Amino acid sequence: MPIVLIVAEQQPDGNLRKATLNAIGAGKQLAEKAGAELHIALVGKDPAKVADELKGYGAKAVHVGAAPELEHYLAETYAPALAALAQELKADYVGMASTAQGKDLMPRLAARLRAAMATDVMGFNGSGADITFNRPMWAGNVFAEVKLTTPVKVFSLRATEFPAAQGGQGAAEVKAFTPKVEASKTKFVDFKEVKSARPELTEARVVVSGGRGTKGDFKEIEALADDLGAAVGASRAVCDAGWVPNDLQVGQTGKVVAPQLYIAAGISGAIQHLAGMKSSKTIVAINKDPEAPIFQVADYGIVADLFKVLPELRSELAKLK
Amino acid sequence: MKILVTAKRVEDPESKIKVKPDGSGIVQEGLKYKINPFDEIGVEEGLRLVAKHQGEVVVVSIGGKEVQEQLRHALAMGAHRAVWVNHTGPLDQLAIAGLLQKVVEKEKPDLVILGKQSIDDDQNQVGQYLAEFLGWGQATFASKVESLESEQEKNKVPALVVGADGKTVRVIREVDNGLATLECQLPAIVTTDLRLNQPRYASLPGIMKAKSKPIEELTPAKLGVDVTPAIQVLKMSAPPARKAGIKVADVPALVEKLHNEAKVV
Repeated sequence: MPIVLIVAEQQPDGNLRKATLNAIGAGKQLAEKAGAELHIALVGKDPAKVADELKGYGAKAVHVGAAPELEHYLAETYAPALAALAQELKADYVGMASTAQGKDLMPRLAARLRAAMATDVMGFNGSGADITFNRPMWAGNVFAEVKLTTPVKVFSLRATEFPAAQGGQGAAEVKAFTPKVEASKTKFVDFKEVKSARPELTEARVVVSGGRGTKGDFKEIEALADDLGAAVGASRAVCDAGWVPNDLQVGQTGKVVAPQLYIAAGISGAIQHLAGMKSSKTIVAINKDPEAPIFQVADYGIVADLFKVLPELRSELAKLK
Repeated sequence: MKILVTAKRVEDPESKIKVKPDGSGIVQEGLKYKINPFDEIGVEEGLRLVAKHQGEVVVVSIGGKEVQEQLRHALAMGAHRAVWVNHTGPLDQLAIAGLLQKVVEKEKPDLVILGKQSIDDDQNQVGQYLAEFLGWGQATFASKVESLESEQEKNKVPALVVGADGKTVRVIREVDNGLATLECQLPAIVTTDLRLNQPRYASLPGIMKAKSKPIEELTPAKLGVDVTPAIQVLKMSAPPARKAGIKVADVPALVEKLHNEAKVV
């Protein structure tokens, strides 16, 4: 039986990165189409806790490799460890969420397996041995159906395109393995976390984003976000101007989000911004310029000044409660 | 130090990309071409490092003769010489990394800087493949802590710092929820994120000088690399259009729609 191997990711704080569940959801879709078994892999210094958490998602097995050398994530040490496992399992497909780690690691892993890779996969087509991948090109202006002709096929997954796997589906067998450890020419120096009390941008149910129209004043954006339990986002122009930190950037060159509700305030809607939020379920645009391209993708638009609309929106929303 | 930088030819990011009706590719008519913006950032970073540590920046591009435009652009910015791998037809990331591996083995640079991805196929793979093929360290998504236009820009620590002994490079990387710093032994692979630097404009003397800088021509056959693609693009299509939305008159109307129609608040 063919094997789909999904790589799980542990955050620096030791918890499971939530996008892993979307990757497992995607792995299930692929396994069903390919008539394959789903396996999950996890390596690190102390992966036991997370491994236990991964048992209930309907995989055949969770493969856990612990080694002190794998304390800090490095592509150079994680790729050989995971490649050796993939080879031992004779995995046909190896995938992971397109997180920063997924994007850094998977191509190196693919190179080690002499496999071709598809990045940011949004869906699978075909059945049995004849599987193709859907992925975006040109900043999401083109969707391509691609076929990988190497024996092993590697991919990263756009997490927002797949439902998170649901737990409580039996207990997968947890199999410990000894990861292949290779010396690394790279040393981990440090990780500086940007802390926020708000939800992670890519995981939030609601995102409130500001653009040039804010003129750098994000108070109203933040107030609305906090009322809604939302994450704060921004356009590239705003980040480049230094008004807000870059990790708030939504767009092709920033984060790709797909929340239930996306509120774009004072954002004109450059192609590259749209590429990062077009998959949101409901989009609200607030802009003074009735011709702004953002209105072409918005479900609901208001042509008005955001500094008038946002306070009023907050008081109207408060009435619902 | 010797720095090798890539310069892929891509569609101008400002151009409107349309898919051909038969799905075989994109409409080429009326498109303008540029150096991949992430590669241009790589050229700039290479020039800054060489200004500090001496040496040369060698720029490499793969494609038909039209890619000489992008090589000349990099030379006009200040790169010292160029390598052109002459090839027409589709190439996948395995082939590109294979070709670059041979160029690296020939040139023996201390550092290779590539854009983290090219803005046409958006694969974000070649730097990592190349690092693995060479057995080198990699630091992807090199970035700066501060905004490019901020006051701090002038005084802050650059994202790429070569060690005093010239044997390592320390790189600040943009990752999820923060910034990670790595130290790679040289030679190493670095890929650039958007905010690493603001590329310079080519000066008029720079453009004049670039005309006489050498471009060496190579081919996949000369480099001994099989470039048969293992990635086939079967079909392209336009992304599904969102259904046309409406403009609402005021905030109460908006809240009513969000509550009763979209049911998201």
